[in-house]
Amino acid sequence: MQAEQMEQPIESTVYPKKKVKVNHPNKRSKMNRFKSELKRGKHYYILMAPYMIIFALFTVVPVIVSLFLSFFSFNMLELPQFVGWGNYSRLFLSDDVFMIALKNTLVFAVITGPLSYLACFLFAWIINELSPKIRAFMTVIFYAPSIAGNVFFIWLIIFSGDAYGYLNGFLMRTGIILEPIQWLRDEQYVLGVVILVQLWLSLGTSFLAFIAGLQTIDHSLVEAGAVDGIKNRWQELWYITLPSMKPQLLFGAVLQITQSFAVADISIALAGFPSVNYAAHTVVTHLMDYGTIRFEMGYASAIATVLFGLMLGTNMLIQKLLRKVGT
Amino acid sequence: MALIKKRLNRSLPVSLMLFLFLALFGAFMALPLVYAVNNAFKPLDELFIFPPRFFVRNPTLDNFFDLAAVMGDSWVPLSRYFFNTIVITLFGTVGHIILASMAAYPLAKYKFPGSSAIFRVVVLSLMFSPHVTAIPNYMVMSRLGWIDTHLSLIVPAMAFPLGLFLMKQFMEQLPDAMLEAAKIDGASEYRIFWKIVMPNVKPAWLTLLILQFPVLWGTNGGDFVYSEELKTLNYALQQIILGGIARAGVGAAVALILMVVPITLFIISQSNVIQTMSSSGMKD
Repeated sequence: MQAEQMEQPIESTVYPKKKVKVNHPNKRSKMNRFKSELKRGKHYYILMAPYMIIFALFTVVPVIVSLFLSFFSFNMLELPQFVGWGNYSRLFLSDDVFMIALKNTLVFAVITGPLSYLACFLFAWIINELSPKIRAFMTVIFYAPSIAGNVFFIWLIIFSGDAYGYLNGFLMRTGIILEPIQWLRDEQYVLGVVILVQLWLSLGTSFLAFIAGLQTIDHSLVEAGAVDGIKNRWQELWYITLPSMKPQLLFGAVLQITQSFAVADISIALAGFPSVNYAAHTVVTHLMDYGTIRFEMGYASAIATVLFGLMLGTNMLIQKLLRKVGT
Repeated sequence: MALIKKRLNRSLPVSLMLFLFLALFGAFMALPLVYAVNNAFKPLDELFIFPPRFFVRNPTLDNFFDLAAVMGDSWVPLSRYFFNTIVITLFGTVGHIILASMAAYPLAKYKFPGSSAIFRVVVLSLMFSPHVTAIPNYMVMSRLGWIDTHLSLIVPAMAFPLGLFLMKQFMEQLPDAMLEAAKIDGASEYRIFWKIVMPNVKPAWLTLLILQFPVLWGTNGGDFVYSEELKTLNYALQQIILGGIARAGVGAAVALILMVVPITLFIISQSNVIQTMSSSGMKD
């Protein structure tokens, strides 16, 4: 006891903060500690400030404003009027087009989400077996469409509705069809075409993350696995590769899910806006319709909020599921 | 098989089947791009031949000369669209790399009040697309007076969350000892950031570049730019395509230019990008 007291003056001159923390865990000292930590972190806040101000201004604030506005009727000219749940009830109960958009968005998400995720992993996995030079080449081939700008207009020519369209030309020459098919104007096909092109474009950042993840797998794990009785590549994939790549798999899932819910540009470019009988209408194009054409900002905010909830909810759910895999 | 790495647990027939599968889909991925390249070099008569032909027979540079001619005598010269695209891409990308690195360094290396909450918000923002915020963004832009300026495209691009996320994950791998040594030598945090951290995360710069560049390079001006003389190259391309068959050759030439630049950048920076991506994972 006495020895402690004698030590204290020395300690407090060297580490004044520590002494306060250990001996007086009351509110005041917590405040002081917080203040001194804030002071110590001053440089860090200054470094982060430019990014965070922009991030707050264009991401955080808009999300909050959007949530708030979704309970108002607002046309940018008059003052907002509170309508409670009015926008939402209109959205779900009386907006038939929204129901089509929601259905299409879910179809896109359910098909392109998992398919593109699987494709990213599968192709990365096969590419990883190749020698470095061919691997680099194949990576470019698969990644290029996602960064090639809006080159997907090429697909417009391929699926062009007249006989000059490549697909029609090919099918007519081989005798499968006799008359050109209106790929992008026929409700039967247009959703499928948009899904196909979306998949073509979807081997993006997560694909690269998977390639990188595969390259960093510890080779001694594979050797140890072989000793433990792993005989073929499928077992290696399941017991070694997938568990070691979990962080990348989680990261890739987030990107692919978000992307699969946000289909809009491709739908507009290929199927037009609005598309025939809203066959390729999505929640995002519906949002554009009300936000940028009809200027019903409150209603559009309600659509944005539903989209936000869909994306965030699905992401959270999938994260939870993926974290469980292999534990 | 010199092409294939010798590894454990591999049987040749399965390998061959998988590679065949890869080659098939590789062709599916590459064909539209190969076609875009071919189209740019097709003379007019080959562009409209029936039945349509995939490969060019008599390659010519006519489309590029036409493009140069169109550049000269359209209402807003095409060179203006080029200039706009380059300005937006340059400032948006460089600004993003610098700001994201500045924000990533404290988040990666220090714990201070609010650090984990801030990072959690950034990760959360990866989980929804910018479409969600489009409408309030318009209001923010008009408050700032940025409607119909390039700022409306450049500034939001600087705070792209994916870049901060990747940069932070990559910076976490920098050895602490290096930073502490500099601190003992009396360097300030800013000096450490600029002189030690930044040069050591070059691969991550290239990664942020490769993710941000195509987005801005391919922008059509968004919802906030109306003036014709402020529009971008991709917008011009869309107009040319809408202009119909008379400009098909020029359209193909512009499309080639739009697509070649980001792909070339990726080819150059690929190994650095992969290196950064290996630290991209989401831990708890």
